[in-house]
Amino acid sequence: MAKLRDIAHSRTGDKGNISNISVIAFDARHYPLLCAQVTSARVKAHFDGIVFGEVVRYELPNIAALNFVLDQALGGGVTRSLALDAHGKSLSSALLDLEIELPPDHDRGAA
Amino acid sequence: MRTIRIGSGAGYSGDRIEPAIELAEKGDIQYLVFECLGERTVALAQRARLKNPDDGFDPLLEARMRAVLPASAANGIKIVTNMGAANPWAAARKTAQIAASLGLSRLKIAAVMGDDVLEACKQHDLPLIEIDGTLKMLGNRIVSANAYLGAEPMAAALKAGADIVITGRASDPALFLAPMVDAFGWPMDDWNLLGRGTVAGHLLECAGQVTGGYFADPGFKDVAGLARLGFPIGEVSEDGGLVITKVAGSGGEVSVRTCKEQLLYEVHDPSRYMQPDVVADFSQVAVEQIGPDRVSVSGGRGRPRPDTLKISVGYVDGYIGEGQMSYAGPGAEARARLALEIVRERLKLTHVEASEWRFDLIGIDALHGERLSQAGAPYEVRVRVAGRTDTLSEAVRIGDEVETLYTNGPAGGGGAFKSARDIVAVASVLLPRDLVAPQVRFVEA
Repeated sequence: MAKLRDIAHSRTGDKGNISNISVIAFDARHYPLLCAQVTSARVKAHFDGIVFGEVVRYELPNIAALNFVLDQALGGGVTRSLALDAHGKSLSSALLDLEIELPPDHDRGAA
Repeated sequence: MRTIRIGSGAGYSGDRIEPAIELAEKGDIQYLVFECLGERTVALAQRARLKNPDDGFDPLLEARMRAVLPASAANGIKIVTNMGAANPWAAARKTAQIAASLGLSRLKIAAVMGDDVLEACKQHDLPLIEIDGTLKMLGNRIVSANAYLGAEPMAAALKAGADIVITGRASDPALFLAPMVDAFGWPMDDWNLLGRGTVAGHLLECAGQVTGGYFADPGFKDVAGLARLGFPIGEVSEDGGLVITKVAGSGGEVSVRTCKEQLLYEVHDPSRYMQPDVVADFSQVAVEQIGPDRVSVSGGRGRPRPDTLKISVGYVDGYIGEGQMSYAGPGAEARARLALEIVRERLKLTHVEASEWRFDLIGIDALHGERLSQAGAPYEVRVRVAGRTDTLSEAVRIGDEVETLYTNGPAGGGGAFKSARDIVAVASVLLPRDLVAPQVRFVEA
């Protein structure tokens, strides 16, 4: 079992009460694996208690990336949130902690 | 084919100043853009303007202009910035004074105005986007309403010979699109060109975020030289081709991975990136490393611009009171938890009224809550209590109460911090474009 952090990088952005988190494969060959395992349902479950709205996933095969848009994710909105990290900048790090199943013949050196 | 080089000199109002000097001196750029206007900064600036009609622009305007004007003037670099905030005209006059005091003459400075749509917003009840509700719900708490202007008025100012263009609220990518429209004469209905220009502007607008800032993760994504991070340069060609690079020898990196992260930063549907000038489509964008710190970006597209402009509405949203205290060594967590219990009980006993509370243990669960935070005894823990209140005096009591942990709380509490601040929050609405009329006014140094 690997972590998402082993095969992908990520960045969080904010607009109002909506957070977006990109998940980008280091190696484009892992993109199908991201598509299969990092589903919007799984992301929603991972952020249970933090994200209260819908999670929508957009696919960008050209850059081997997924973009997750998380509604009602920022304590009412960046400009009014009581949270320590009002922008949710640290959410990308939380997502990279997801567990990922790599195929048995996976060559870690290629990652 | 003609190419221009545009430098990005700031990604937010408080950004580092020297990277812009580096760009002006060594970047071989023709345009230098400063994006300094956060979501709520206009609202705060509006308040400053109400107190003093000559104020209401970016507080770092003078420091930035003093730093970059000598090299910019010497190298014929045109400056575009949203440092005008709530008062672009005052910012332009101030900049003329600064230029004169530096011995620079014959500089033409343009102020772009007309983004202030407070009156129009008072007359229309519009639904809020990104949060629930309508404008009416915000009532008399609204302090400002500013339209995100497009590139046209800024490009017109450049075309009229402006050396420095100072705007208030404008779309961030449009600050970069304006030089392209000026240099290449792009028609404002060539949606694919405007889409490509928007890709460039979007990648550049956060400055260091595309050159290795907001990126490093030791062992996974190592970046050298973050203390002297170079800010980006976009080489844009007449057909919208783009290379992102930076000044040789500066810190950071320009790589496909930094560009990919920034491409999706603050983007929702990548095929519909809404801008005043175009609906840009990032979905087919491809990136390629073509040299050290040089990334070629292609595949941007666009569709016709929306009929509405996004309006940023600043409104008074109560107060936040906060207090913090640290505990360390054996039992730090237990003492911190005890401290939170004590404060919780005290706030009840003394009837501090707040509509929403946070009781955090920094180092344990403050960022992502208990479920995601891994167990384990940290060496040090910081207690944080925050509450939303209707009055400043009520907000003050929260931090005061946390501070009393010094002599009334668990053993070894140190480093108290307290704050109480009024909150100007921001909501957004969409306003028909014809209700917004940008104007340009010039002053010469």
